Parts: sequence; structure tokens; C-alpha cells
Amino acid sequence: MTRKQKRLAIIAGALGFLGAAAALTLYALGQQTSYFYMPGDLEERPVASGQRIRLGGLVEKGSIAHGDDTQVRFAVTDGDHSVKVTYAGILPDLFREEQGVVTEGAFGADQVFVADTVLAKHDENYMPKEVADSLKEKGVWNEN
Amino acid sequence: MSIELGHFALVLAFALALVQASVPIIGGQLKNEALMRIGEPAAITGFALVALSFVALTMAYVQSDFSVLNVWENSHSAKPLLFKITGTWGNHEGSMLLWVLILFFFGALVAVFGRNLPLSLRANVLGIQGAIGSAFVLFILATSNPFARLDPAPMQGRDLNPILQDIGLAVHPPMLYLGYVGFSVAFSFAIAALIEGRIDAAWARWVRPWTLAAWLFLTGGIAMGSYWAYYELGWGGFWFWDPVENASLLPWLAGTALLHSALVMEKRSALKIWTVLLAILTFSLSLLGTFLVRSGVLTSVHAFATDPTRGVFILAILMVFIGGSLALFAWRAATLSAGGLFQPVSREGALVLNNLLLTTATATVLIGTLYPLLIEAVTGDKISVGPPFFNLTFGPLFLPLLAIVPFGPLLAWKRGDLAAVAQRLFAAFGIALAAALLIYLVVDRTSVLAALGIGLGVWLVMGALTDLVLKSGLGKVAAPVVLRRLTGLPRSVFGTALAHAGLGLTTIGIVAVTTLETERIVAMQPGDSVELHGYVLRFDNLRPFTGPNYTEDQGNFALSRKTGADLGEIMSSKRFYPARQMPTTEAGIRTLGLSQLYVSLGEKTPSGALIVRVWWKPMVTLIWLGALVMMAGGAVSLLDRRLRVGAPMPRKKPAALPQGGSA
Repeated sequence: MTRKQKRLAIIAGALGFLGAAAALTLYALGQQTSYFYMPGDLEERPVASGQRIRLGGLVEKGSIAHGDDTQVRFAVTDGDHSVKVTYAGILPDLFREEQGVVTEGAFGADQVFVADTVLAKHDENYMPKEVADSLKEKGVWNEN
Repeated sequence: MSIELGHFALVLAFALALVQASVPIIGGQLKNEALMRIGEPAAITGFALVALSFVALTMAYVQSDFSVLNVWENSHSAKPLLFKITGTWGNHEGSMLLWVLILFFFGALVAVFGRNLPLSLRANVLGIQGAIGSAFVLFILATSNPFARLDPAPMQGRDLNPILQDIGLAVHPPMLYLGYVGFSVAFSFAIAALIEGRIDAAWARWVRPWTLAAWLFLTGGIAMGSYWAYYELGWGGFWFWDPVENASLLPWLAGTALLHSALVMEKRSALKIWTVLLAILTFSLSLLGTFLVRSGVLTSVHAFATDPTRGVFILAILMVFIGGSLALFAWRAATLSAGGLFQPVSREGALVLNNLLLTTATATVLIGTLYPLLIEAVTGDKISVGPPFFNLTFGPLFLPLLAIVPFGPLLAWKRGDLAAVAQRLFAAFGIALAAALLIYLVVDRTSVLAALGIGLGVWLVMGALTDLVLKSGLGKVAAPVVLRRLTGLPRSVFGTALAHAGLGLTTIGIVAVTTLETERIVAMQPGDSVELHGYVLRFDNLRPFTGPNYTEDQGNFALSRKTGADLGEIMSSKRFYPARQMPTTEAGIRTLGLSQLYVSLGEKTPSGALIVRVWWKPMVTLIWLGALVMMAGGAVSLLDRRLRVGAPMPRKKPAALPQGGSA
């Protein structure tokens, strides 16, 4: 092969890889991303049960109920609306009432959100960024 | 007073870095030797000044000087001394100062060990280092000053984030930064080559040790960070595809590609332009990582308090350096001469394939990391791209790469014989197949993925061994000859074998723990037992304990085999740090062979039982042991004579010449 042909072969190979990677990436982005919702967003943009989303807000005061097994029930609120959540597992260290939280999962048939991941960050000032932004928009954010 | 001294030293370092960034490069253009020689003393003095400034801040931490804002925000007088010292970089300002310290450290190393580089190349390299240095010192001085005073000084500090009060903070950030920032040297060499419009195989020989050292530290930094997250966060995960983790993985992937392409350039003087581009991209990704971590634009466990001006400032630095270097590349790359020819099936061909797969994998990780930012900017929707995305895109690109790794070192340069290589790898393939079958038949018949993945890891390890066996002639010639051949092999051959075997070990660990791990979440009263993977864990009691700056509830567990053999105690606790009103989980981990039993405590249920989460993590330690083996490979390669820093001359009479760079 001449130099030119080789270069073409390499470029064709590279394009092949890039094409495959791009196809994979686009497919995965379509399938595997989850949108972020606050409880209030659910009325405007309803979510089908079983669709994976991230639900964020504050943990509603007085809503945390531990079952005698490892089930925990709590509610996520944005001040106006609240959504019931169940979770089986160990909650993050900084999971507290009236603290920001992001849960990941899907609604069950009974409109209760079944979370498989609960995130609360490791800092006392922490408020998940999406939650903080959304609460600021709603005007219920308190800088401290 | 000393803190002002530190501040002043940093200002001086900035001024000096401006001199370093301009005078030597101008000297290079004017062919003025005196101007070009300014680079070295400037780099060394600059490092001394930044070091002085860093020591000043560290001393303020050690003495708990709460009149310094940064110390008050992040330290506490009751904190153990080690955490007072490491707390220096446990915050945004201090960690940027560490970043800059390491940048200047590399600049000084180039000045000291680069004595026999051509004068103009050295001047340009030091000039670029100075330019990067001045930008980041200005960033610290303008937006992230750690030397600000607080008046009146409070009596007590607010303590360091408890998660960071761990030996991990002493090791992880410095190593990670040695890697991240170490790639700046390769970048500077690339820019210097573009400025001169000249590049040859010797250039690759000079760049490789710097790249190798940076890669070695980055490997260690990522592995250490992964183990730290594993034991400290209490979730038992070793990798979360968190944006900041991705930010460290991106330069690692690109840097790995660079190491391999520089090899082709050094041996066959091919892929020159590509190597230069990779050197630019690798450090650009390091800069991007710094931006993502420091600006707080992405939600991550690593973000410190965020400040928009900082993000904009780093973004500006990013655009100047990445944009500038790519523009220079576009303008000058055509002047670099093309290199040697090779057949598609050859060592070069294998390394090109390696580069294609690595860079494509880098691109998918980059897209997944930045996609949420892009979508939010364009549509305002907030989305998250989680582990499933990365598993679906990174996996299919990386697995074929792992599968072809053993072929690479066995192929000849220029023109290889694939059939012959496949024949030589037959034994390795057989052993890997046997391992996969063993896993499938004996360990777990439900998971084909586990069998294939572990087989792949064994294939990598065996492939690396095959290379050494073939090169030493083991089994074909007498034992003394084998020994002589082994000792006569270049050290980089061992480095390659170790690095590839380490990759195999890490693969085995990752596959085993993701496919075969078992988990139990139970509510336990004292005296209750839980059984997992043939082990019995009995909850004995929960006892309070008071540490220097925390209180904790220690859960004591007794571990035994199902057969009754006693394996001692495991202690897992929940800590509470009053200064920050913050709890942390201290997992109880017992290593059993290569596997681990991981115990983490949760809350109490209304009936007084304690929620306990127990994992059986099969072969999990291989993830990090593999990284250590990879690092050992890097270190052995670094000791190779041909690659020694400061010994750029081709070897003529091996061993007889005095070693070192003073010639």
C-alpha cells in the first residue's frame, strides 16, 4: 500500500470507530438519562409510572417514618406540593428533615415514588444544585 | 506576619512567572542565548517562592492561626496534627495553591534535569510552563486568596469537613495533582515543538519519562481516590461515574494513549503530529477537569463552596490555553515532517488501534460528563447522565481494547505476523478460557458476564506473562541463559508486562465485584446474626466512644465461618463531629484473602433495632492492587536507561558509562 492508501485506511478505521461510538452514545443518551423534577413540576409534566426520573426537593418536616424492617417512608416537598417516597436501604448521613435531597427511581402504580438511590451531599451547607436552583426560582430559598 | 510573607512570595512568584513566560521565548526567536538562559533560574526561584508561600499557609494551619480566614473556615484546634497539615489543601484555596506548587515543581525539575536539552527547546518549554504558572497564580491571587485575614480572630475554627479527616486526604490530592499537572510538561514540550516547527524521535524520548511519571501518579491518585470513596462514604462503591471522577479519568485515558503513541514516535518516528496533538489534548483535559471541579458547575461530591467568578476565570484560562494551543497546532502542524511507513498488521498498527479505542472512549466519557451542562444551557431541562450511560458506551469500547492488548507487545515493528502471534498466545488463551469455565461452573452459573469478564482479566495477565516467557526463551533454552536474557531485557519490557498485567488484575476485581457481590440489609438487635457467603456476622453491642474532635457509636460484631471457626471482631461506627454538626459513617471492613466483608451502620428502627448493611465483595482488592501493579510497571519503565530524564543521548556503550545527566 502506498502512504496515501494507508492514511486513508487509518482515517476510514477511525471514522468507523467514531461512528460506532457516536451511535452508541446517542442511543445511550436517549435511553439512559433521567430528567430532574421538583414535586410541583409533576402537574405540568406528568410522568408515567415506571419512567425513571430524579425527584428533588426538601425532606418534608415530620414525614420520615422508619418501618421495622429497612423500609423508610418520607415526603419530598418544594413548599407547595409534596410527593410520598419509599426507599429500602440506608439513608445518607446527612439525610434530615427540611434538608435538600435528590432521589432517583420511578413512580409505582399507587403514585408513591419508589427510590433506589437517595443522595444528600457530605457537607453541612449542602443543597443539591438542582434543588437549590429550583427553590431559588420559586423564591423559597434561604441563603443560610 | 508569616502569612503575609506567604502572600508576598506568591505575588513575587507571579511576577517572576511572567518573566519566565516571555523572556526565554523571545530569546528563542532572537536566537539570543543570554535571554534563553533566563528560564532556568526563573523556574527554580519561582518554585522556591511558591514553596515558601505554601509552607507559610501550612504553618498557619499547624499553629491553628484563626486570624487567617481560610484556617478558621477549615480547621479546629482539637484536630490531630496530620489533619491540620493535610487540611491545608482540604479546601478550594489551599488545593489550588497545591496545584500551583506542583506545577512550579515540575517547571523546576525541567530546569534541573533538562540541562542537556537543546537550548532553544528548553527555553520554550520553560516559557510555556511559566505562562501556565502565571495564569494560575493570578487566579489564586485574584479570586481564591488563601492568605486573607480575619479581624477580630475567632477563638475556635469551624473544623475541616469530617469526610476529609482521613489519611486519604494526605495521599489522594497530591498524587492526583502530580498526575494532572505533570501532563503540563508534555504540553509544554508539544507547544515548544510547534513553535520551533521541528520534531524528531529524540523529542519523544525526552517527553516520554515526563508523561510516564505523570501517568504513574495519576493512576495512583485515581486508585487512591477510589479506595477512599469506597471505605469512607459507606456505600461500598468504588466508582460512581461522578463528574469529578470522570474529570480525572479523561486525562488518564488520553495520557495512556499519549504514552503509547510516543512509543511509536520514539521507535519509528511515525505518528508525530498525532502525538503532539495528544500531548495538547491530555493537558487540556487536565485543565478541563480543574475547571469542572473548581467551578462547581456540575453536581458532585467534590465541589467545595462555589463562586461564579472563579468558574469564569478558569474558563478564560481554559480558552486561552486550549484555544491557543489548538490554533498553533492547526497553523504549524503541517510543517512537521511525516514519519516512517508501516503495515496495518504491526506493532505500530496495534498501537494506532489502541489510540483509536482510547481516544474514542475518552470522547464518550467527555460527552456523558458535559451533556447535562449542554442540555441545561440549551433547553433549561435538568438531566442527569448516570452509570448506565457510561456502562453502555464506555464498556463496548473498552472491552475490545482489553481483548487486543496481549497482541500488541508480541507483534513485530513495521510488519507483523498475526497468525504467528495468535499461535504464541494459545497457552494464555487456554488458561483464560479455563478460568472463565471454572467461574461459570463452580462459582456462579447465572452470570455469563462474570465468567467472560474474569476470563478477560486472566487473558491480560497471561498475555503479559507470555511476552516475558517468549522474550526470555523460557522452556527453549537452558535456565542460566533464560536468566541472562531476562536481566538483559530493557526495563521497559518489564514495565509493559507489569502495566498490562495490572490492568488485567483491575479488570478481574471490577468484574468480580460488580457481578458477584452479595448484599444483605437487616435490622439487628444485639445477639442477632446475619449469614452471608458462608460467613456469620453476630451483632454484639453498640458502645459510645469519644475521639479527639468527634463522638461515635461503635457497633461491635463478631465474625465467624459458618463451620464455626472464629475470625475475630469487626467494628463499624457512626461518628458525629460537633464542630460541623455532621455525622459520618466509618465502615467496618475485613479483608479475607483478596475479598472483603464490608459492614456499614444505618439508623435505629422504632423498636430499637439497628439497620445494618453487609456486603460480600469478592476479589475487590484486586481493583486497587492492579493499579499498584500498573504503577510499578510505570516505575520500572521510568528506570529504563533510554528513557532516563536527562539522558537523552542514544545509548552507545551500555553500563560502562557513568549514569546521570551531567554529561
